Amino acid sequence: MDLSTTNFIGDLVREYSPYSWVASIVNGVIAIVAIMAVGVGPSPMLIWWERKVAAFTQARLGPMRVGPWGLLQTVCDVIKLLFKELITPHGADKLLFFLAPALPLTGSFLVLAVIPWDHNLQVANPGMGVPFIIAVSSLGILGTLLAGWSSNNKFSLLGALRCGAQMISYEVSLSLIMLFVVLMSGSADVREIVLSQQGNVTDWWIIKAPFLGIAAFVMYMISATAELNRGPFDMSEAEQELTAGFHTEYSSTAFAMFFLAEYINMVATSALASVFFLGGFLPFAFPDFGFAPIVGVVASINGALAILPGFFWMAGKILFLITLFMFFRWTYPRPRVDQLMSLEWKFLLPANLILLGLGAVFIAFGLILP
Amino acid sequence: MAKVIQRRSLTLLERSYLWEIIKGMGTTFKHLFRNFKNPEKMQLMSYPEVEVQTPQNYRGSHRLMKRPDGEPRCVACYMCSTACPARCITIEAEPSSDPRIEKKPRKFEIDWLVCVFCGLCEEACPVDAIRMDTRKVAISHYTRKEFIADMPRLLNWDPKDFPANDAQSQKAPGGKQNQQAKQIWGLEVKHS
Repeated sequence: MDLSTTNFIGDLVREYSPYSWVASIVNGVIAIVAIMAVGVGPSPMLIWWERKVAAFTQARLGPMRVGPWGLLQTVCDVIKLLFKELITPHGADKLLFFLAPALPLTGSFLVLAVIPWDHNLQVANPGMGVPFIIAVSSLGILGTLLAGWSSNNKFSLLGALRCGAQMISYEVSLSLIMLFVVLMSGSADVREIVLSQQGNVTDWWIIKAPFLGIAAFVMYMISATAELNRGPFDMSEAEQELTAGFHTEYSSTAFAMFFLAEYINMVATSALASVFFLGGFLPFAFPDFGFAPIVGVVASINGALAILPGFFWMAGKILFLITLFMFFRWTYPRPRVDQLMSLEWKFLLPANLILLGLGAVFIAFGLILP
Repeated sequence: MAKVIQRRSLTLLERSYLWEIIKGMGTTFKHLFRNFKNPEKMQLMSYPEVEVQTPQNYRGSHRLMKRPDGEPRCVACYMCSTACPARCITIEAEPSSDPRIEKKPRKFEIDWLVCVFCGLCEEACPVDAIRMDTRKVAISHYTRKEFIADMPRLLNWDPKDFPANDAQSQKAPGGKQNQQAKQIWGLEVKHS
């Protein structure tokens, strides 16, 4: 059996289960567990990595006490967080208050579900993958606004409103950049977008569309940083002004869910960036430019690199992009709220529209690299 | 002296911001890489294992100086407790056994939780009896009571921890060993 072309576990379950609905449920449970594992599993490690990156850029050591190089620190933090008391503020809307942390988490998990991790490692593949991603990732905004509104706290509300305005604004340019990639690859199917970049590095959309690709990538990273509410665009939880923004009143598990959602969102956004611009699960391959003396060498190196499975490349690209996000956070100072808004509406949005138009022109005149 | 700084206008590359942003990322990465490559070169101390060596003139916790015979040098004049802005020094006086000295402290307590470590007590002391040169800056105990340092604790210090060439820090004139005092100070100490 060729594992790379068949749905091995799904077919196995379908073969041995007496009824088709049993197979559907079992496959669904396996899929959900897989998404949860992919989403929740790396988060403690990413938090550890973020703390280490922060520490070393600031000439500190970071967590060092628990485990080798402080690896188990986050595990201890999670255990502490889970055993703390869940406090509801007086006068809070209880239903919305506890519904709010679940929504961003749901949105992030749904985005993870359509991301192809390898040739046949994708939980769901709707033909309209990109519109689906745009639709479900908006759940995060709703959760944030609900959290701020139901907390019965001025700072939470201010933070949530800032965050809502910011995320809705940047979602526009994020969607336009996704549309640009859809225009380029000619498909809204996430898997098809990845497969349209087959070949070597020059076939990735960041390079394949000359100049436009790199511009789109840079703008995607800016919008994604704002969409993730991470520094330097962490206006919604600007500690100096709003204590912690919309999750001021949250404690224990509810806070952990917000925190988890932030990191899963980061994984999902980085995964999307790697799918759209960096060839997703496709292995890194050097171009040979048709230069005869190096064709053989390059082919053998690329063959060696292609031995590594697709999800390894995907994970590597995601880790690279996440580290880039962390560098953003520890390099740039935070802009003002109005500066952030004018960046989006006065620069990014027109630039994206121009980008989209230029993309159409490039396709019409065949200016895309072969 | 005033100095006029000539501010140059931004170049086209700088006004586009993008290149400067990339340069900023480069700085971050440079620091990260350098610190990651040799962490031992960072100016760091793993605190509870390695204690910070503060300089000798750093205002740490207090000690009471002694006469050569081991008696506290303090004459219970209350000047330190009067000068203290935090009022953390409690002194109770009693008549001294030495005929030349009027009083000596029966009780001398410093509440380190109240103390602001300003050093005014050692400035105020006329006989150089109280000093803050122990270099102990991290005072940690389990109960509030333990933070109140009484006289035996303030007198309990090791001469080896302090510079030997400072005669005043090691020994002092007066008391029963006047001969030794003469040797050190080269002075004639008058008996009453």
